[in-house]
Order: sequence, then C-alpha cells, then structure tokens
Amino acid sequence: MAEIYSDLIPRVCVHLSVFFYVSGPESDIGGKRRAPDRTTTTTKIKKKKMSQQTVNGVPSRGKVLTLDNMNPNVKRVEYAVRGPIVQRAVQIEKELKEGVKKPFSEVIKANIGDAHAMGQKPITFLRQVLALCSYPELLEDNKFPEDAKKRAKRILQACGGHSIGAYSASQGIECVRQDVARYIEKRDGGISSNPDNIYLSTGASDAIVTMLKLLVCGEGRDRTGVMISIPQYPLYSAALADLGAVQVSYYLDEDKCWSLDVAELRRSLNAARQHCNPRVLCIINPGNPTGQVQSRQCIEDVIRFAKEEHLFLMADEVYQDNVYAEGCKFHSFKKVLFEMGPEYSSTVEMASFHSTSKCYMGECGFRGGYMEIINMDPEVKAQLTKLVSVRLCPPVPGQALLDLVVNPPQPDEPSYTTFMKERTVVLADLAEKARLTEQIFNKVPGITCNPVQGAMYTFPRITLSQKAIDKAKEEGQVPDMFYCMKLLEEEGICLVPGSGFGQREGTFHFRMTILPPTEKLKVVLHKISEFHLRFTQEFS
Amino acid sequence: MKQLEYVVLARRASQIMEELRKGARKPYSEVIDVSWGDPHRAGVKPLSFVRQVLAACLYPELVNSNKLPVDVRQRAQRLLGQCAGGSIGSYTATAGIAEIVHRVSEFITRRDGGAPSHPENIFISAGSQWALQNILKVLVNSKSSPKTGVLTPVPCHCTTTLSIMGLGAVVIPYYLSEEQGWELQVEELDRALESAKGVCNPVALYVINPGNPSGGKISPEQRTPKYIFVSKNMYHMVVFHAMLPVGHIQRRKSIQEVIRFVSEKKLFLLADEVYQGCVYGEKSEFISYKRVLAEMGPPLSDTVELASFHSASKGFMGECGMRGGYVELINLDPDVMKYIYKLFSKDSCAPVLGQIALDLMINPPQPGDPSYPLYNVETQNIRTMLVHNVKRAFEVVNSLPGFCCQPVEGGAFAFPRLHLPPKAIQKAKEVGLQPDTFYCIRLLEEAGVLISPGCEYGQKEGTHHIRFCIMTSEVMMEELLRRLTCFHTQFMKDFS
Repeated sequence: MAEIYSDLIPRVCVHLSVFFYVSGPESDIGGKRRAPDRTTTTTKIKKKKMSQQTVNGVPSRGKVLTLDNMNPNVKRVEYAVRGPIVQRAVQIEKELKEGVKKPFSEVIKANIGDAHAMGQKPITFLRQVLALCSYPELLEDNKFPEDAKKRAKRILQACGGHSIGAYSASQGIECVRQDVARYIEKRDGGISSNPDNIYLSTGASDAIVTMLKLLVCGEGRDRTGVMISIPQYPLYSAALADLGAVQVSYYLDEDKCWSLDVAELRRSLNAARQHCNPRVLCIINPGNPTGQVQSRQCIEDVIRFAKEEHLFLMADEVYQDNVYAEGCKFHSFKKVLFEMGPEYSSTVEMASFHSTSKCYMGECGFRGGYMEIINMDPEVKAQLTKLVSVRLCPPVPGQALLDLVVNPPQPDEPSYTTFMKERTVVLADLAEKARLTEQIFNKVPGITCNPVQGAMYTFPRITLSQKAIDKAKEEGQVPDMFYCMKLLEEEGICLVPGSGFGQREGTFHFRMTILPPTEKLKVVLHKISEFHLRFTQEFS
Repeated sequence: MKQLEYVVLARRASQIMEELRKGARKPYSEVIDVSWGDPHRAGVKPLSFVRQVLAACLYPELVNSNKLPVDVRQRAQRLLGQCAGGSIGSYTATAGIAEIVHRVSEFITRRDGGAPSHPENIFISAGSQWALQNILKVLVNSKSSPKTGVLTPVPCHCTTTLSIMGLGAVVIPYYLSEEQGWELQVEELDRALESAKGVCNPVALYVINPGNPSGGKISPEQRTPKYIFVSKNMYHMVVFHAMLPVGHIQRRKSIQEVIRFVSEKKLFLLADEVYQGCVYGEKSEFISYKRVLAEMGPPLSDTVELASFHSASKGFMGECGMRGGYVELINLDPDVMKYIYKLFSKDSCAPVLGQIALDLMINPPQPGDPSYPLYNVETQNIRTMLVHNVKRAFEVVNSLPGFCCQPVEGGAFAFPRLHLPPKAIQKAKEVGLQPDTFYCIRLLEEAGVLISPGCEYGQKEGTHHIRFCIMTSEVMMEELLRRLTCFHTQFMKDFS
C-alpha cells in the first residue's frame, strides 16, 4: 500500500518554511523534454507580431501566453461531449432563432446525459426541500409537507449560520456524509461504511479528477499509467491528458455486449508495462457510453486482477440506479470486494463514485456527488483532504440534494407515495426507451446495436462505405464525425461521434442518449434511421 | 506545513462543538467561528430577494403563488426560461447560461465606466478559485525546467498558494508593506522578481485587490478611523479605514504602476477582485484593473494579458455556499482561448444556483421594483453593521497590549499584528506549534473563538498575526471582542 504512494506525498506536500515554495522533488528531466526556451520563444513571436501590428508606431509586445509556451498537457485535452459538434449545434440554434430556414425547426441535443433539458420533470420532494432551505420563511407555509420541512430544518441545522450560503467543510457537511455512509451500508447489505471515508464533490467528475491527481506521478517510464476502457467516457482521457498521465487502453468486447474480459485487461497491462507504470484501473459500471451492466462474476475477476497486479481501483458507479435489462442487477464494487473476504477487503485500495446528476433525479445543474475511499493509507488521506480544500467546498445546494437522494422519504412519511410514483415513472420510462432504441436501430441495415442494459446511452455501430470514409478524409474529418455533422446539418439531431470515446480501429459508432420523451425519441430514432439509409445510398 | 495549522484548529473546534452538544461544561456555550470569510456562518442574514428568487427557481410552483413579490416571480420565470428544459437541474453551456454571461459583461462595462467587455471572454465557474486554477493550469508548465514561477503576495490566502504549488509551480513571494497599510510596492515586485533569477521562470503576477488579508496606502492621519459613506452604489461603496487583514484597496496610480511593471517584465496579470463589493475605507474606491488598463490606452490596453476574477461569495450577498464566480480574460491569444474553453468544458458547467446568485448580485432590484424597499433596508443594515464592526474591532484590538491593527479599507477580514511575549513563543516552541497557532489554539480552548493564525497566510519572519472575519452580525462581533479581550488579558498575564 505504502509503495503506491511513496513518491506521491512530497508532491502535494507543502514546504512553507523555505523562501521559495517549491512543490515536489526537483525533476531530473534534463534537456530532452524541456519546454521551449522562453527568451527565444518570445523573440520569435515578437518578430512575427512586429511585422503584423504596430500601434501609433510603437511595436506592440508579443503575448506572454502562447501556444508555444502554455502548459503542453492542456493542448491534449479533448472533451467530445462538449466538442465541436455541440458548438455547431448551438450555432444552428442561434440561426434558427434568427429565422434561417432549415429542414427542421429545433435542434435535439441527444449528445449529453441531461435529463431535465430533455423534459424530465424534477422530483417534487427534492425541490420542495431545497426551496425551503433556500428561503426558510417558507417553513411557515402550510403548502409544504411536514417531512419536507423536517428535512430542510435538519439540513439547515448542519449548515454554518443555518444557511446554505455558508461554506461547508471542504470534505462536505458532516451530517450529509453520515447519511451517505448509512445509504451505502443499506445498499451493500450491511457492510459498514465510515463517514470519514466519504468526500462530497462538485459532481462526480470533480471527485474523479481529484483522485487521479492524487495518484499520478513519476517521470518517463515511471510515469503513472491509468487503465481505462475503450470506449470510455471522455472525462477520463481529458483528465489524463491534463495531468500528463499515460492512458492505458483496454477494449470492451462489442460482440459480447461490451463486456469486460480479464484476459484483455492483462494484455493491455503487460503492453503498458513496457513504457509506463500502470497503477490505476478505472471501471465504469453501468457503462458509459456502452450501457453494459457487469455481472458479479466479472466484478470479482476484476478485483482479483487489481489485487494481483497491485492496482488502485476507481469504480465509476454514477448510473447505479439505471439498470433496465431483464436479469441484470447492479453490484457495487465495494459489496463484492467485502464479500470476497478479508484477504481482499482489507487490502485492495479503491474509490467509488456517485452523483446526483443521473439515476431518477437527473439533477445535473446542482453538481452534487461523492466518493467513498476504501483502504487508503491514512497519510495519503490527509493529503487528499488538503487537496480538496483548494476548491474550498462543493456547492452546498448540491450537498443538500445529495442528502435527500441518499435519505429519501420513508413509507410512513407524507411525501412517500408521490416520491415513489415519480421515481418509478422515470425509471420505467427509461427502461422502455432503452428497449425501444435497441429494437428500432437493429432493424436498420448498417446499424448494429447492443442492448442498453443500463445507464442512459446507446452506442450503436455504424457501417460506413469506403466512399464515405474517403469523403470524410477530404473534408478533414474523422469518418464518424463527418457522419454526425451531416446528421446535425440535415436533421437537427446532435450526437457524439464514437471517435470521441475511442473505438477499435476501423469501426465507427455514435453515442446517443435515450433521454428524449418517448414520442420524441421515436421520431429521433426514425429520423436517424432514414438518414442512415440516405447516407449509405449517397456514398455507395 | 501551512494548511495543516488550520486543519488542526478546525478539527479541534468541531470536537469542542461535539463536546458542547454532549453537555460538556465550558466557559462558553458555543464556538464562534470567524476563521472564514463567510458572512452567513458569522450570523449575517441572506438577502431575502436573492433567496426568494432561488426558491422560486428551485420550486417553480412558487412562481404562481402570491407568497412572493411579483418581481421575484418574474425574475425566476425569466431565469427558468433561460435554462434548458426550463429547469435549473439541467447542464448549462460551458461558460455559463448565455444570458447570464451576457449580463456579466454588461455589469463589467457599467462598472468600468464604459470600457467594453465581451461575453466570449467570460467563463462562469464554481467559485472564483476554480477559474483561477484553470487559468493557472494553462500558465504553468509542470515539466519545464526551470519551473514556472508566479509572483504572489504575502500575506495571501493559502488556497491560492496551495493551488500554485499543487500545479508544480514556484511561489515567488512579494511582501505587502504592513507599515504602509499593506500597500503593494513596485520596488518590492522588482526585488521579488530579481530574487527569482536562477530559481524559476516567472510568468505571472497575482494581485489581490481589495486585499484578502491586507490593504493599501494610507497616511498616518488617515489611519484614524472615520465612518462616512460617500456613495450608495454597492459596487463602489466607500466606507472607511479600519482594521485589516489586509483590507487594503489599491489606488489608481498603484494599479498603473503594476500594469506598467507586468508589461515591461512580460508577465501575465492575475487580478483577484472578489472583494470589490466590500470597500469600507474613506477615500477608498474600488477601481478594477480592467478599467485602469483600458484607460491607459494603447499599446498597453491591447497587449497586457489580464485575467480578472469575481465571485458571488463576497460583498453583501455573501453566498459562499452557492459556488458562483467568473473570470474575464483580456488580450489573450485566440489560439490559447480555444484551449481554455476545453479546460472549462471538462468541468461540465458551474452549479446553476451559483450562476443565478451571480446574476442577482450584479442585477439587484432597482428603485421602483416591489422588492427594492426590503432589499435596500437589508443592504443598508449590513453596511451599518460592517461600519460598526470595523470601528469596534479596530478600537478594541488596538486597545489591547501587544496588538497593532492597520485600518481595514476593504475585504472581509481584520489581520492585526500580535506582539507575543518571549515566554509565549518559548512555550509554543516546546509544544511544537507556530507561535500564532499556539495563541489561536488557546483562544479556541479557553474562549471558544475560532480564528486563523497569520502563519497560514505568510508573514514576515518574526512577526505574528491573527485573522478574523469582520462580516459578522453586530451581536457576534461584540461577543467575539469581549471573549478576545478577556482571553488576551489573561494570556498576556500568564506569559509575562
């Protein structure tokens, strides 16, 4: 355990007593990887700019911050779900507003898992409590149910100055962390959870990035490698680029419903050991963008593999309530880990992530989330606590919302019936839409679609002709981007090309959310099907 | 181990609170926590207008109820109309809700006397620190040798220094002049920059104005506190000099000098202006770096690269928990801007309630609106309270032996200097604590007051300070000063 972290502590450690606050050990990178020399860069730019612009005869100085001297890691950051296609979609919306004629009247953004944007209604109880927290005078209002008032009072009691406008502890409000721990215990059939191991965050993304930041270190062949699935959620590749970590890809098996195979993990790990130091294994379950739900057996195999290979496990479980397929069930990594006995449960280091943005709530705008850490070295934990303090605290309304999610109305409370009804409707709708999507897509020649067992997306494979591929090349686009752009321009439907998530060489996909309301979803699915046939014909 | 000093204190404070809850006997019945710049925690009430709008956005049934004023309901309805799907539970564009970003740019233009501001240069983030980290991330090349350096004031809040170091850069400290009311002096910047030679490659200058824990140039006569409001405008409010934690406000001339300095030395300017709504010093007026830069004209105004930060956490609103802030970027290379967009897009978007809080802060109710009278009374009360607090804190702290407090012109903190008796310093050494942390721990144990030690923010060798928030209710300030006085008198006696 200690060995995973031995080189990490000094990095985050702070030496205040010295005059220059230098963080981390001096690197011995030598001349090879040196950043462009500042003087020469600026001179070069100055020359360029001087010829370009002079103000009142005075040559203007070159930029301090240029592509040449900015943090090179940032250049490698790509975030497809908010990438160029989305920017174009926004532009088209603007054009429509300005009266430009298009073959469609609205842009349907099926690019992002944003339930409310697609018309899903917020859960009444959650919003009532939050409104009460925001404006406590409403506690006098008899229109609000008693259990909502009770929750609001309890949350306010836990806030500094009884206001959700006060900072909370960086790790999150204590009573919320306690509720999260109790929720996890209940979910995992009684396996204990310690509130000290719960860190609330600004959405799960923030927690994932923080964990990676803590784990990544070393230089050259010793640089940390992080294993991520392909296809993956682009937050991972973006964060790894940003941190300068080495991405170690393992492929999910599309022919077996995007399942994870330990042999493939091993292949990928061994290959990576030639050039980096793989120390982290990331798993997304239920899968994004692939929608598969892992079996208990598979999780056990992964845990065994992580232990054998001495890897830190990061389990992204934000879709844990979104499981639709018959025979599939969500198993948390933590539960499986503890059921495997002390040999595993007391050694394998793990972080598990959850969020308020998905499941039945879909409250993305609140940026609420948490992670639970297991078996982390106490000294490293102290560093983690310090690391999260830099952001001061996660948004307090998001923490309050999380508290309600982990501690929903109980059967004997007045809001229970409505709450359960709303929750059930959302999840049942999603299940229906998951089924519908698979069914309709699979009827289209040239589209093959795995069942959407869970999460909120479908990731169908599309067959593109050589002619289409050549045309894309001509346009300077990757083939599936070319396809998606064309779909956006012709049908007003915004999807994310598979290349943004990673796919096997020579295969093409797109990701679409299943979130539009059922009737609209049918229209979207049919439009895409028709487009696909048209596209195939055009480039045949 | 800077950060850990406070962690020790905070942990002990929550233990004490727990003990009190369980019925432990102490000379006090509750802990006063004034260690954060957190007005609500310190008893300041949220503004009704702000919370009403948020409540209506959260629970849109309220838009149709007569429980809330009509302008509140209209505002909420309009805001909901600007959210995807009409819900604050949806994601927003990366830089924030387009209409809000637009209004932020209008606010800036208004504030800066017409100097143009462009929405595409603004990114709303989960608090200003978040935006600052993203900009630092672009600036700092962790692989470079020598390392990237950032000129950073001392004293300075530790989150920023931690961020800089966390990114693998070097903090190049420049000292604010306590004797001159925590003024920023260009000669000191020169010295600091010179000192970095051979150690690191300085790329940016970080300034805080109004100062977070400190202040600006004030002549000795000016240091006598006077309590006059010159302007009613919330954003250019002039109150008076009082205590500091560095509540210094930079004058136009000083800002011009800094701008010339960064231009000459080829530095990127990071201006932390989150306390712009908290200006109390007589003859003190907040002027933004952006405005001064624009008014200096070309070539400076179209070359100096500037990032200016603001937040919904400070000012009269003090909605820290909502996490709403923004950065405006000026004169950046368009190619670099593309990457900054990508960096922000990775964070998805800022919390929507934080974005709305920011919008309400820059567009408060206007005379004639149904909510205006109450809003006006509430903000006036906060103003009066601050005036009271600043005056009282200055008087009381300066009357205690061993304390010396500079006037506070702005910001949210007092940062008085503490001359500790040698015996106390000796004792602190024995127990392995920084002397001012030792003082703070004792204050916490014996008087139930949580403040933070100067060593958290950096201070000149051999000097000691404490920092506490002055944005508290009057009652809490009086209680705080009473406890501090009692404790301090006993402390000085014990260690004389």
